[in-house]
Amino acid sequence: MAIIRDIMPAFELFQPATIDDTLRLADQHGKDAWMMAGGLDTFDWLKDRIKRPKVVIDLSQVSELRGVREMNGGLEIGAMTTLTEVARHLVVREKFSILSTGAESAASPQIRNQGTIGGNVSQDARCWYYRGGWKCYRAGGNICFADTPTAINREHAILHADRCVAVNPSDSAPALIALEAQMVIRNKQGERVVNAEDYFIGPSIDITRMTVLKPGDLLTAIRIPATWAGTQFYFEKVRDRQVWDFPLMNVASAMVVTDGKIDRIRIVVNAAAAHPLRLAAVEDAVRGQPRNAATGEMAGKLAITGAEPLRYNGYKIPLMRNLVKRAVSGVEEVKWA
Amino acid sequence: MGVIEFATSPWGQTVPIHIAFYLIWVAAIAGLAFLVCHAIWVAFIARKEVHVDFAPEAAARVPEKVARHSLAARLFHWVMAVAMLALLITAFLPKVGYQFPWVTYHWISGLVLTASILFHIIHASFWMDFWSIWPDKIDIEDGKRRWLRATGKTAPAPRKFAKYPMENKMYHLVIVLAGLSVTLTGVFMMKRVRTPFFTRNPYLFSDMTWGLMYVLHGLAGVGLIALIMVHIYFALRPEKLVITKSMVFGTIPREHYLEHHDPERWAATK
Repeated sequence: MAIIRDIMPAFELFQPATIDDTLRLADQHGKDAWMMAGGLDTFDWLKDRIKRPKVVIDLSQVSELRGVREMNGGLEIGAMTTLTEVARHLVVREKFSILSTGAESAASPQIRNQGTIGGNVSQDARCWYYRGGWKCYRAGGNICFADTPTAINREHAILHADRCVAVNPSDSAPALIALEAQMVIRNKQGERVVNAEDYFIGPSIDITRMTVLKPGDLLTAIRIPATWAGTQFYFEKVRDRQVWDFPLMNVASAMVVTDGKIDRIRIVVNAAAAHPLRLAAVEDAVRGQPRNAATGEMAGKLAITGAEPLRYNGYKIPLMRNLVKRAVSGVEEVKWA
Repeated sequence: MGVIEFATSPWGQTVPIHIAFYLIWVAAIAGLAFLVCHAIWVAFIARKEVHVDFAPEAAARVPEKVARHSLAARLFHWVMAVAMLALLITAFLPKVGYQFPWVTYHWISGLVLTASILFHIIHASFWMDFWSIWPDKIDIEDGKRRWLRATGKTAPAPRKFAKYPMENKMYHLVIVLAGLSVTLTGVFMMKRVRTPFFTRNPYLFSDMTWGLMYVLHGLAGVGLIALIMVHIYFALRPEKLVITKSMVFGTIPREHYLEHHDPERWAATK
């Protein structure tokens, strides 16, 4: 079980200065190595002695991983770029405001100054049974403590649960998927580019991981194409404390409306499942429809098809329905009956 | 490095949670080693037992094709085989690195296997010669004789088989144990996942009981890796192809029957 301690456990610390050195270390130490970005997720795990890596590779000195670069009308954001830098970047605000809103809604200003976009999309689940050190499915065991008749599971999944009911807590992830971002991953064998939508994996695929990253892999950058630049965006996050909290749920949409009708749309919800959910069925249903309250209503109802509440998270179903409704119809429709 | 992984329950009790998954490789390597050793044994060491002592008049009474497996028995076998392969693939491929959503396919295959086993138990109990697949006294005596003769010692020649050879019967015995272990534990484990059949209830048993159930399921499962490898190997061996074909077409040729089977212990029918 978890024992809270104020001091860090012993591990071998590496602070490489280049991506090549990082990959060499990651390859050399394999499963024993822990990649640390901003450290905000990492320090909890290490100080609680729940994750006990022999080696920590601190990425803070790798300058190649930082910064926002313009690329073919889109952007390439280094994985170690802080959430504050992303949220404040002029081009991000101008062309991809959904991402700046998403990044700005994460945590607190201090955490955003230290936390990185790569860390935000790669962070682990917040389920307290898992983070408390219980040997649940996600930790390699044979039970989900959050999905029992007596479990406290207010923040957990209503969709796509497969033994584990933890959710993905990222605020930037849905925005990136809505923008058709691509994740650039490198390892000793080379580079591969994965659609943001495919970067996140659910428990049905691998119950112990939240992303496709495996030992030896490094997320180096996130590429955002020009496809959705300057279109109509919607991002909303619902949380218990407005000042600083993980999402109970968030929604992000990018949309092109022509002559009052929805021409193109991508809509993504997070914290409803173990991975951000792109609502392809909703997109198909609203494409070609007028952007109005009726379409939003239909989209909201469609979005929650198949939702299965746990003991304490039934509220997430109307929450998701309403968030999707707003995301499709826009803020001006918020005051519907 | 143990063969079982343990965890601490919320009540501070150390409980088993499942087998160590390196046992997958142990089972696969053990199965492969058996195949190689057996192939070498048969090719270079073993003495072939030949029975050509059947009388022509006895042969004349035997039909050209002797019925060995009824259609129902063959259908059961192939349904079970497909379910078993699906279970092994869905259980172990994700563990060795090929990730896919396996749980639903796994329990569906498990239900097919369970249903086929239930059918087989009823079918074998009431429509087949139930005892023909279980080793009897003669099988054990002949097994000893074969072993002694194969290892160069003196022993009387073994008699011909009844319907099933001794190794067939022993294999069936082991597969019954492994199969019942995985299916019984598997049915209970379905209470831990979401299915249309049960309301999830992970508190049906204590953590210790669940843990032991997972361990038994795992041990029987990895055991089946080796058993299935061995089964397929024997099915493909040239001298066993007649038996394999009988699982497709239902019959064995008269010559094979007369050479290997004792009409007193297994009466030939069309």
